[in-house]
Amino acid sequence: MHPLFFHGETLHLLPSGGLFWPARKTLAVSDLHLGKSERLARRGGALLPPYETQATLEKLDRDLEASQAETVICLGDSFDDLAAADGIDEASRLWLTRLMAGRNWTWITGNHDPGPIEIGGTHRAELKLTPFTFRHIAEPSERAEISGHYHPKARLAGQSKPCFLADADRLILPAYGVYTGGLRAHDPALTSLMANDALAILTGPRVLAIPMPR
Amino acid sequence: MVTLPPTLSDWFAAKGWTLHPHQLDMLARAHDPATLLIAPTGGGKTLAGFLPTLAELGPNPASGLHTLYISPLKALTADIRRNLGLPIEGAGLKIRVEDRTGDTSYTQRRRQRADPPHILLTTPESLALLLSYEDAPRIFQGLQRVIVDEIHALAESKRGDQLTLQLARLQSLNPALRRIGLSATVENPPALARFLSPQTTILEADPGPDPDISMLETEAPPPWSGGGGRYAIPAILNEVTRHKTTLIFHNTRAQAELFFHDLWLQNSQDLPIGIHHGSLSREQRERVEQAMTAGALRAVVCTGSLDLGIDWGDVDLVIQVGAPKNVKRLVQRIGRANHRYNAPSKALLVPANRFEVVECQAALDAVRAHTLDGEPRGPGPRDVLCQHILATACAGPFDAYQLFTEIVSAGPYTLLTKAEFDACVDFVATGGYALKAYDRWQRLKLTNGKWHLRDPRAAALIRQNLGTIIDIETLKVRLRGHASPLGEVEESFAASLTPGDTFLIGGQIVRYESLREMTVEVSRSPGRDPKVAVFSGTKFATSTLLTDRILEILQQENWPDLPAHTAWWLAKQREVSRLPDPHSLLLESFPHDGREHLVVYGFAGRNAQQTLGLLLTKQMESQGLAPLGFVATDYATLIWGLDPVTNPAPLFDLSTLREGLETWLSGNAVMKRTFRNTALISGLIERSHQGRRKSGRQATFSSDILYDTLRRYDPDHLLLQITREEALRGLIDFSRIEQLLARVGPNIDLRRLDHVTPLAAPLFFEPGRIPVYGEARDRLATNEAKALMEAAGLA
Repeated sequence: MHPLFFHGETLHLLPSGGLFWPARKTLAVSDLHLGKSERLARRGGALLPPYETQATLEKLDRDLEASQAETVICLGDSFDDLAAADGIDEASRLWLTRLMAGRNWTWITGNHDPGPIEIGGTHRAELKLTPFTFRHIAEPSERAEISGHYHPKARLAGQSKPCFLADADRLILPAYGVYTGGLRAHDPALTSLMANDALAILTGPRVLAIPMPR
Repeated sequence: MVTLPPTLSDWFAAKGWTLHPHQLDMLARAHDPATLLIAPTGGGKTLAGFLPTLAELGPNPASGLHTLYISPLKALTADIRRNLGLPIEGAGLKIRVEDRTGDTSYTQRRRQRADPPHILLTTPESLALLLSYEDAPRIFQGLQRVIVDEIHALAESKRGDQLTLQLARLQSLNPALRRIGLSATVENPPALARFLSPQTTILEADPGPDPDISMLETEAPPPWSGGGGRYAIPAILNEVTRHKTTLIFHNTRAQAELFFHDLWLQNSQDLPIGIHHGSLSREQRERVEQAMTAGALRAVVCTGSLDLGIDWGDVDLVIQVGAPKNVKRLVQRIGRANHRYNAPSKALLVPANRFEVVECQAALDAVRAHTLDGEPRGPGPRDVLCQHILATACAGPFDAYQLFTEIVSAGPYTLLTKAEFDACVDFVATGGYALKAYDRWQRLKLTNGKWHLRDPRAAALIRQNLGTIIDIETLKVRLRGHASPLGEVEESFAASLTPGDTFLIGGQIVRYESLREMTVEVSRSPGRDPKVAVFSGTKFATSTLLTDRILEILQQENWPDLPAHTAWWLAKQREVSRLPDPHSLLLESFPHDGREHLVVYGFAGRNAQQTLGLLLTKQMESQGLAPLGFVATDYATLIWGLDPVTNPAPLFDLSTLREGLETWLSGNAVMKRTFRNTALISGLIERSHQGRRKSGRQATFSSDILYDTLRRYDPDHLLLQITREEALRGLIDFSRIEQLLARVGPNIDLRRLDHVTPLAAPLFFEPGRIPVYGEARDRLATNEAKALMEAAGLA
């Protein structure tokens, strides 16, 4: 866990790529991409090992268990597409229902899952929880914003890992889903968004902060 | 016996050519179901293969495909088309010969499918494509003969396994099909014959005179370490001036580049010398090939890209720079000189460093003794089979039992069980997962007893992924402001560059500027030493035959056959430590550059030494010795870390190693790399293509994630079985570790020294270092992050 002081609040950046806000007992995760293998198969592509939904839910279960979060915010692209949300298998659906039970759960829409889905919880384009705004894709003019979408990753000591990006105005979360790739932090899409003094905080057994690579 | 058309015999006579005995023998055996011709380079092998076809087709053949010629090289098909054209036109035969490769235009390829030529020249990959079309039965209707050229080269790889499946398919389409295999000298002709067909008869031509081969004597001794043989450039240039055309072979592209660059700096006579290797752009390679054919070059610096193929009659000297690693390959390279039958080939070996002097001596001894190396290949790999099943489905619905019968008629697959076959079909159809998740989205469906594609539109994508050659992801290198690329570098190499780094490509030094749209942009950087020079190419493993011979040489009291500098060096090693021998395992331990080092002289070949490195570091990690990484060569493994090894015996306990192998197989880099290849070949993941490359996109992810997921949720999955088999056979080579430990018994001799030893020094320059991600790395990463933050004033 790596503590981050952001707009007067202390946030915990978790080794899994999740974000925990202790004061509000809130867990935020981004880009779960549930149902990705099913979507690829449906489109006539490869038949990838169909275990990523299970693996991602296991990860989420562990973080919820450890953090005892009461509020959960999924920052968009939670499902690989809307049909994947409908096509999710029964066991995973039950598992997700169990995780949601008794929690205040918000699904923020992403570019992969732009509409409402047949699963409980609240569906929002964005969510304000003072002082923060949670949304899928960062808006350059926004402040105190927490978002996802880019799947940032960065390299340290020869190893590339998903990472958080943080500057004074925004925090971008890494992709939480198991079947997700990454965009290098030095990509122009990210360097143009983040301030010069931004940090990259790498996920993994030890959460380590470095100056954001450019 | 078939007879040649009289006009063709007349044409040969007019040219003053007489047919060699083995060429006449091929005519006599024209009706045999399968013939393997083994003949030396320059023996008119290819013509011998085509003579029966020319005889059968005669002056006015009926239309339709008669003979299919398959070569491992695209360049060879074009060359054969030209060479075959001469007698055909000269004799006025109305025989159409065309080639078909990845370079053939779309219109030409379409026309060939509608109206095939009499003789079609192609590669296994292009044949796989042809066979995957719905009209394959029509295209190949009436096919009489298949000629497989350089079959020894194909038989060593999955391309060959794929080819045998294709031959089986062709045989089903035309039961009377006859097969011819053409090969250079091989160590085990019967095995190669079985590979071609169970009914093969072998025809061995006169091998010709022994080659004239020796080690190049140089004024300066080879360096203590490193590769590339640049010290020998003056002597090599001298040889180039004394010969008409010289081929200068290197084992890796990086070494060829460095050598070529330095060669030009010393080329005071401005001898026309070119460079040729697989990372150069096609335009560049073709330019060199054309100049070579035109006799405009005095020498070509090259790599395995010129091992086979094009017949350059004027080559009168072959120089092998760096130890040849494998006697068979050396013999074939030597054969590139003097493509005239019954004249000895001339070759010189240039050891790149002093250890290689010993290795070159061992290779010379082996060539003179006519011993060839070669490890038998195991049964046909199942990832290739999965791809073949998928390709078959593209051509049309198939009956599983019929396909099974056809497949077990292919040499490498004769022992395949029906259950194994069914598992492959299930994998192709459903993914073969324990969790049956894809009932609605199966790739193949069974309707009325036949398997077919669920979505016929998928065929186009499947065809794009056919083939068993796994390209390492490469990026084009281009001069800023120029359109045509200089060549390619591996993606991992590009990732290691920072702007300002200089490296060599195509013989020139360039400066890395930026990465734009998946192209490495560079500018010219004249007159500066390249800062980064290594981009990895193919690495060969030294054969058992050679390592055994090397160990023998090391046991000599003194070394009158070796150059004085090398003899002195071995004596020095004997003095400060000792020389490895066959009856014990020598370990050296010493500090160097702030790290502790351990050298294991196992002489077990690169792959086994690498496995040993992985297993030993794993155990060192659990003993708290904090290993950081290792590098393996054919004769030793060098491990570095934070703490020294003092008690080695427990590290080499066979049962512990074997246990380690089991647990370690789960999560290591070699397995992941093997899995990636298997996943690509079997069709689990798609290759990246120009224009829709995977890198840098957040939508795709690495095959490592799939590997980890399968390991965790579906450990018995077919692809994991294949990966394991594959890795144990090739990259892991555990059997050679077992042989090593049996050979040395309890005799493990650890020498603690205060510095690097003469024999250990070359290991420090070896590329392909493998990091160990453990406690040591965590410690270092924490320190590095701290330093970066402090430097940025953020601590």
